[in-house]
Amino acid sequence: MSAIRERAVPRPAGRRPGRTSPPPAAPRASRDRGGPWPYLLVAPAVLGMLYLLVYPLIRAVLISFQDFRLRQLISGHAKFVGFANYRTLLTDPRFWTVVRRTFVFMAVNVVLIMVIALLVALMTERLGRIWRTAVLSSLVLAWAMPVVAATTVFQWLFHSEFGVVNWALTSLGFDSFAHYPWFAHGTAAFAILVLLVVWQSVPFAAITLYSALTTVPAELHESARLDGAGALRVLGSVTFPMIRPIVMLVLCLEVIWTFKAFTQIWVMTRGGPGDATTILPVYAVQTALAGQRYDLGSAASMVTVVLMSGVLVLYFRQMFRQEDEL
Amino acid sequence: MSAVRPNIPVTKRSSARRLRRLPLHAGAALTVLVCLFPVYWMAATAFKPSRDIQSATPRLVPHTWTLEHFRTAVHTAGFARFWCNSLLVTTGAVLLSLVVALGAAFAVARMRWRGRRQFVLAVFVAQMAPWESLIIPVYIIARDTDMLDRLVTLTLVYFMVTLPFTTIVLRGFIATVPPELEEAARVDGCTRFGAFRRIALPLLAPGLMATSLFGFITAWNEFAYANFLIIKNQDNRTLPVWLSSFKNTFGTDWGATMAASTLFALPALAVFLLLQRHVTSGLAAGAVKG
Repeated sequence: MSAIRERAVPRPAGRRPGRTSPPPAAPRASRDRGGPWPYLLVAPAVLGMLYLLVYPLIRAVLISFQDFRLRQLISGHAKFVGFANYRTLLTDPRFWTVVRRTFVFMAVNVVLIMVIALLVALMTERLGRIWRTAVLSSLVLAWAMPVVAATTVFQWLFHSEFGVVNWALTSLGFDSFAHYPWFAHGTAAFAILVLLVVWQSVPFAAITLYSALTTVPAELHESARLDGAGALRVLGSVTFPMIRPIVMLVLCLEVIWTFKAFTQIWVMTRGGPGDATTILPVYAVQTALAGQRYDLGSAASMVTVVLMSGVLVLYFRQMFRQEDEL
Repeated sequence: MSAVRPNIPVTKRSSARRLRRLPLHAGAALTVLVCLFPVYWMAATAFKPSRDIQSATPRLVPHTWTLEHFRTAVHTAGFARFWCNSLLVTTGAVLLSLVVALGAAFAVARMRWRGRRQFVLAVFVAQMAPWESLIIPVYIIARDTDMLDRLVTLTLVYFMVTLPFTTIVLRGFIATVPPELEEAARVDGCTRFGAFRRIALPLLAPGLMATSLFGFITAWNEFAYANFLIIKNQDNRTLPVWLSSFKNTFGTDWGATMAASTLFALPALAVFLLLQRHVTSGLAAGAVKG
């Protein structure tokens, strides 16, 4: 699902000053009005969205209000039970631990990603041509690494016996890391997952922020510097305000994409050891498919969607402010 | 890229400047190292003989090279089959979403109709669909309609995952083709769609190329749905699922596991490197233009 990322590179170069004519996408000529053609053309897309997105969503909402277990899955007659599933869920301390962990996971990831990406972007902008190409190419390569492959590689890097990380740490004198079983300790496994997600997410954020930085006119920097502003001051009062909309977009996307870490977590730890790396989507799938409580799992999924939709609204507001034409 | 910004002019004191830029270059070197090391280590492990892999002091550069692990990985039961499955599902999803998105993008970019705005909005929302939270209902619907364990189901899901992105990007590309070109062709006697096919479609080639490659990568990498929708019929698994279970099959054979990872990652890495110019200067920049 990485393609979704690319859309978000907001076209910083798109808006040329001085162009006042209406945006080119505006459909012209009212003689195009009417006729069944436009509807026929969008029909497959609309049907696809209805059947493959809207219907599953409605189904999930329904199931979350039903008593739906293995028996109902096979026989099909599920009874509505009102808010019983949500009550069960919201009174379960384990669920709240998972919610808290999801937020911690999200906060740590997003802060690390944004800070590192901003630093890398600022650095890349100041580099000469050769270094810049080298940095951008390696970012693209890390970005291109398929999630499951990267997850497998990280498991190998942190292998307790032959892993290169343990070897490096031991060689540096941290003898306690000899044969350290990273995936047996909750905090260590959690940290590795954060590291993996950050490693995979920084390239997109850094490249996007870098391309935003390149659109800040150099004259602005120069005039600010002539007015006696120091480097930090230029960054804070000239550069940052210019790229703020894109920073906000990337921030929203990274928050939303936290939930995509499902794949990394499932492949690496399945939420373990114990519960240490279980975040909401993992909890939902575990409850539904492993515990056969499809009703509780759906309810947990719906809670996730509600939590996410707040950030989504922010994201869309920011995006449509950028995208004056729709 | 427009970033070739005239930095400080080269002066005689270039050695002082070099010293001043040292932290910058150290940062750049660190970035390159951190980004590349896991990828490098995957490939390096795949080419190392087993005794070098299972040694207490790993060598950073393989001492001797071997293709043994690649042979093990390729000759594992089903590798060719899973490869074909992945290719089939991916190609199907990409082609389907190209055709459907092309129609929708044309209607949005070139025609005015009631509901157009709402449709565009719906596509933007669909792009952010919480797929991780829809696994359970999709599993149940697939089970009810007897679609579990079938590659068609995966194709349909991946089609839907890539459709919004493809539509948005193609809409942007179509909008950059001046309608006057087609109008001229219509004056010369082409039908509306004939004009589109002969005039606009060739100009859209880069857009079609970019969207299909990104759709390809999305579908090629997808794990969660492939893992939960293909359960009983293990022959229908795709590569990511196979790779995730490789460790169970091969136990501690990390050489073979890394060789398998390399083989799996190779198409995606190749596509990204080919597209690098577009990625960095904003495939999406061109894509979402207008």
